[in-house]
Amino acid sequence: MSQKIELTIDGREISAVPGQTILSAAEEAGVYIPRLCHLKGLTPHGSCRICTVLVNGRPQSACTQPVAPGMLVENDTPKVNGLRRNLLDMLFVEGNHFCMFCEKSGNCELQALAYRFGITAPKYPYMFPQRTLDASHPDILIERNRCILCGRCVRASQELDGKHAFDFIGRGAHKRLHVNAEARLADTDAAVEDRAVAACPVGSLLRKRVGYALPVGRRAYDHQPIGSEISAAAPQG
Amino acid sequence: MTPELESAVREICAAHDRDPLRLMDILRAVQQRCGSISSPIIARIAAELRIPRVRVESTATFYAFFTAQPTGRIVIRVCNDVIDELQGGQRVLAAFEQELGIRVGETTPDGLITLTETACIGMCDQAPAALVNDVVVTRLSTDRAREIVQALRANPDPKALVTRLGDGNNGHALVGAMVENNLRYAEPAYVFSPLARGVALSKAVAMSPAEIIRAVKVSRLRGRGGAGFPTGMKWEFARAAPGDRKFIVCNADEGEPGTFKDRVILTECPDRVFAGMTIAGYAIGAAEGVLYLRAEYAYLRAFLEDVLARRRAEGLLGQSVAGKAGFNFDIRIQMGAGAYICGEETALLNSCEGLRGDPRNRPPFPAQRGYLGCPTVVNNVETLCKVVKIIQDGPAAFAEHGSAGSSGTKLLSISGDCKRPGVYEVAFGVTLRHVLELCGAEDAAAVQVGGPSGQLVPRSQYDRKICYDDLATGGSVMVFGPQRDLVHVVRRYLDFFAEESCGYCTPCRVGTRLLIERLAHIQAGRGSPDDLAYLEELGQTIKLTSRCGLGQTAANPVLTSLKNFPEVWAGRVRARSNGHQPGFDLSTAVGAAELIVGRRSAHAHAAS
Ligand SMILES: Cc1cc2nc3c(=O)[nH]c(=O)nc-3n(C[C@H](O)[C@H](O)[C@H](O)COP(=O)(O)O)c2cc1C
Ligand code: SF4
Ligand code: SF4
Ligand code: FES
Ligand code: FES
Repeated sequence: MSQKIELTIDGREISAVPGQTILSAAEEAGVYIPRLCHLKGLTPHGSCRICTVLVNGRPQSACTQPVAPGMLVENDTPKVNGLRRNLLDMLFVEGNHFCMFCEKSGNCELQALAYRFGITAPKYPYMFPQRTLDASHPDILIERNRCILCGRCVRASQELDGKHAFDFIGRGAHKRLHVNAEARLADTDAAVEDRAVAACPVGSLLRKRVGYALPVGRRAYDHQPIGSEISAAAPQG
Repeated sequence: MTPELESAVREICAAHDRDPLRLMDILRAVQQRCGSISSPIIARIAAELRIPRVRVESTATFYAFFTAQPTGRIVIRVCNDVIDELQGGQRVLAAFEQELGIRVGETTPDGLITLTETACIGMCDQAPAALVNDVVVTRLSTDRAREIVQALRANPDPKALVTRLGDGNNGHALVGAMVENNLRYAEPAYVFSPLARGVALSKAVAMSPAEIIRAVKVSRLRGRGGAGFPTGMKWEFARAAPGDRKFIVCNADEGEPGTFKDRVILTECPDRVFAGMTIAGYAIGAAEGVLYLRAEYAYLRAFLEDVLARRRAEGLLGQSVAGKAGFNFDIRIQMGAGAYICGEETALLNSCEGLRGDPRNRPPFPAQRGYLGCPTVVNNVETLCKVVKIIQDGPAAFAEHGSAGSSGTKLLSISGDCKRPGVYEVAFGVTLRHVLELCGAEDAAAVQVGGPSGQLVPRSQYDRKICYDDLATGGSVMVFGPQRDLVHVVRRYLDFFAEESCGYCTPCRVGTRLLIERLAHIQAGRGSPDDLAYLEELGQTIKLTSRCGLGQTAANPVLTSLKNFPEVWAGRVRARSNGHQPGFDLSTAVGAAELIVGRRSAHAHAAS
């Protein structure tokens, strides 16, 4: 058996195995570290920075940082949560998010995190970017107004579907999600059952004709804040 | 796509063995030959290399020197950094526009010339400067800009623009540049000292790798590229890392605005750089070296290739280097394509592999898993030069100079409002005041030390020392006289970071633009005191949550100027008594609506 590594998160001692990330070790111990670009089963991306924690006082992304003995991790503290709130704000104003009209409402991880952090309106000014929508595919819709560039679809397509239907193009502010064709998703080998489609945390990559099928009140985050299932699984005692 | 174009692309791909790892070289060659990397060309390259087209597009759209729209046969790239601007860069740009009859970003109707702007091209000591294809033109004036256009129209060969040659090897037949070294002062002279060829390398291969690493550690040499990591320790990690194939990469990206010392080193002592790489290769057990050369320095490439060829002929590269049986080592040059972020070592490695210049997650560190997944040491040009001197003269002689925590000397690139801009070699621990005396800038009102990612130092702090523990710098020292508007300087640095962000992570991609939005607001005279607290908090968020050094330092111009020049900022904001929400400008907000209805709003312009 591999050796155990002991570390502390918000004053609680937890143990982990070598090679584990802070995020997954915390999760196993019933400590929820908020995340957006990370999805279990995919290579960590480290792009949204929502999982930022302070490790011995220094900021690190918990989804990419391996555990080390004796780490003192700050996760659920006013300072760290303040940073996360600002990052969530940035993601909202960078795109065009109209939650009330979005079929992902209630199932959207960005929205659920905003609720968890008590954000009712972003404090930063909206950027109102011009983004395109791709409805060419018979079964899948890309609504780039809501894309947060988390790369979950990109990785899921490559790592789980064995395809390369998506990738990013452009740099900096011009970075965009693109498809493996001149312009249209319809011209790629993407299929509705691809794990990439289900991987999208927001309402950017959607299956057609199933929107609003689930009524409000029965959606993923209608009753409990996102992450509750992780904290609920905390070992007792 | 015409059949000729198609066969040209095929030919280029074949000449690069249809190897996806060489995508950067392929895209560079295609851009040069075809004038753009259009959608059909991307499809063709993808088919030739047997990789997804979106993967080609991903790389092709990342770099500033690759374009989807056709450019003219000649591309004029005018440096738009603040240092050039202080010397009249904007007027030069306007003169180009006027003479060409086009705006920035456009191509002349005859398809001959495209005009664009670019970030620092490493010529701040002879600004304003521009690139005409690969040819560097310096000390521009409005008259000179007009002459250049006329000369290009008469003879569309940018090389013909070089009517006078610079000093030293700039006059070498394979360089042929008007660039000047402006080597001003070297005390003690470490980098620019005479050094017999091959001596240090012979001495090195007579030692064991462990002895070399020990010598470098004893010298307390720290990386000269900015981050200051102990070089010996980095080498030790790479040597200890498991793997048969290892690499030495020399970082010659030099993109930090205000830095140009690596350019002068590469011009005057390339042998020393390559010797340093070779010694490093011997020390860590690498057989391959890569020099990553920024696209802006393409004018040095033929010269550097020639030095490499000569070293091969002399047995200083290749099999049994310097007569050491079993030590095989060679170096290749990898060109960049216009991206400051590729100076970040993991972004640089991605670029070498034909990928976007996004930095990688760390760990693993390059010394564990770097280029092609192999243990890799990335070192700055100057660091590698220092190694040669350490091996030749011994570590003690090196550590004699400098301060307690920072041994040896540092090359500084000094530019801006000073009498003698250029490259200076000084011992670590020297005061900023002394440096300002050397370059003739006693009246400086503010000095940006360490480039935009460093700090803006006020007059009251000129007794601070240049060293890792105080004013750390990769070499950039930009001087601003009393007449300069520091808020404008900060704004221009922010523009630079926003432009150069790779866009991978949220805080850097979005946060830098939000900083600019609020700065613009203050510059327009609409700022309130709350805006300063807002900038501070936003800046801290970007600093603490960004993924790589670019984002982690991008807010520094704002943060360090708020701290060191509170009076400058206080003078630019005013408290509101009318209850208006700070940050909200009614006139702008209703502007679009006014346009639509065709009249001005009575309320919008009443009170603000
Ligand atoms: C955005 C960014 C740009 C950088 N640009 C350069 C550069 O142009 N040259 C350089 O040597 N190091 C640059 N660095 C630092 C490198 O990542 C790396 O630390 C350095 O090359 C290591 O060499 P050294 O230890 O010899 O300094 C940059 C870092 C960042 C974050
Ligand atoms: S489409 Fe969805 S999964 Fe893909 S990058 Fe955008 S937000 Fe992430
Ligand atoms: S900090 Fe900026 S440059 Fe670095 S990874 Fe993030 S977006 Fe890219
Ligand atoms: S979840 Fe770790 S950076 Fe996005
Ligand atoms: S060359 Fe223009 S600022 Fe460096």
